[in-house]
Amino acid sequence: MRLILALSLLLLSLMAAAVIETYQFDNEVLRKRYQHFTEELRCPKCQNQNLSGSNSPIAQDLRRELHRLLHEGYSDQEITHYMVERYGEFVLYRPPVNKQTLILWLAPALFLLLAVIAVVIVIRKQMAAKLNDESEQLSGLEQEKLTELLNDRAKGRDHE
Amino acid sequence: MTRFKLFIPLIIFMLVGAFFYSTMGRISEGDYDPQALPSALLNKPLPHFALPKLENDQHLVQPKDLLGEIALINVWATWCPSCHIEHPYLNHLAKKLDVVIYGVNYKDENKEALRWLKNKGNPYRFNIVDAQGKLGLDLGVTGAPETYVIDHRGFVRMRHQGPMSGAVWTQKFLPLIERLQQEQAAHSQQEPSKG
Repeated sequence: MRLILALSLLLLSLMAAAVIETYQFDNEVLRKRYQHFTEELRCPKCQNQNLSGSNSPIAQDLRRELHRLLHEGYSDQEITHYMVERYGEFVLYRPPVNKQTLILWLAPALFLLLAVIAVVIVIRKQMAAKLNDESEQLSGLEQEKLTELLNDRAKGRDHE
Repeated sequence: MTRFKLFIPLIIFMLVGAFFYSTMGRISEGDYDPQALPSALLNKPLPHFALPKLENDQHLVQPKDLLGEIALINVWATWCPSCHIEHPYLNHLAKKLDVVIYGVNYKDENKEALRWLKNKGNPYRFNIVDAQGKLGLDLGVTGAPETYVIDHRGFVRMRHQGPMSGAVWTQKFLPLIERLQQEQAAHSQQEPSKG
């Protein structure tokens, strides 16, 4: 048991080491910007991971390139441009709004709108059903008439 | 009507299921590849580079060395399993169909690469050594193998990710290359003096 535990610990440390690279940064701002970009840029190979999470060779290259660009004084905009020039807007997890990406940006609002419409329809139906229930209840006059009728029938039966 | 309403979820489920099933079919037939990305270089000239030739590392290759003909640029490496698979077909293309293929030896060892070409045959007019993957990065390579089509002006016209095969060649490459040949012919007619 202890051996298994020790072994599993070993496995964990290996997995964690896989995406840790030791980059030296000239200052804290560069490190922050590096972290920001590796979170926001998507790995072109393993398409549902960002650069910080991916261990594919291309992600390693892009991280190295990112580190170089940051230290060469590229601005955020220039770095984004550099990446998009090579890998297309696909690498951005926050693509700019244009014809192709419009549906991505509008879809959440559209779905929310649909949901609101659905809720309104359901509530309206329920209210209408409630009103119907009320109108189906007999008014005082109608109730009297009904009792009379029933009584008349009962009497008629007695006579037979 | 209310009975029909009960079936709406089932109908939606069946529609969604049919959509997924047909997409699976298209993936297995190669009609659709969820991983495929259009190249960001599409209809743009090749990026600048100056890298050594594999066959002669004293000679630096530049984009202008690849101009003049419709050609393939094949990104390959000896460590890449799919490159083993596509290599015989590349040989076939170069030797039987006279297709011009330039190789980009991507993040590889020169010695290994030269041995590979000696053992497996060499379909390439020449190879560009991209040991650091810098050219790969500029081309937007996501992994080997990848094959680019350039026209006679050196503009990138298509990128194919994954191994080349007979089916890929006839379905994806041939129609484009025929179109490019027509373009080239029209172009040289316009400027006969330069021809």
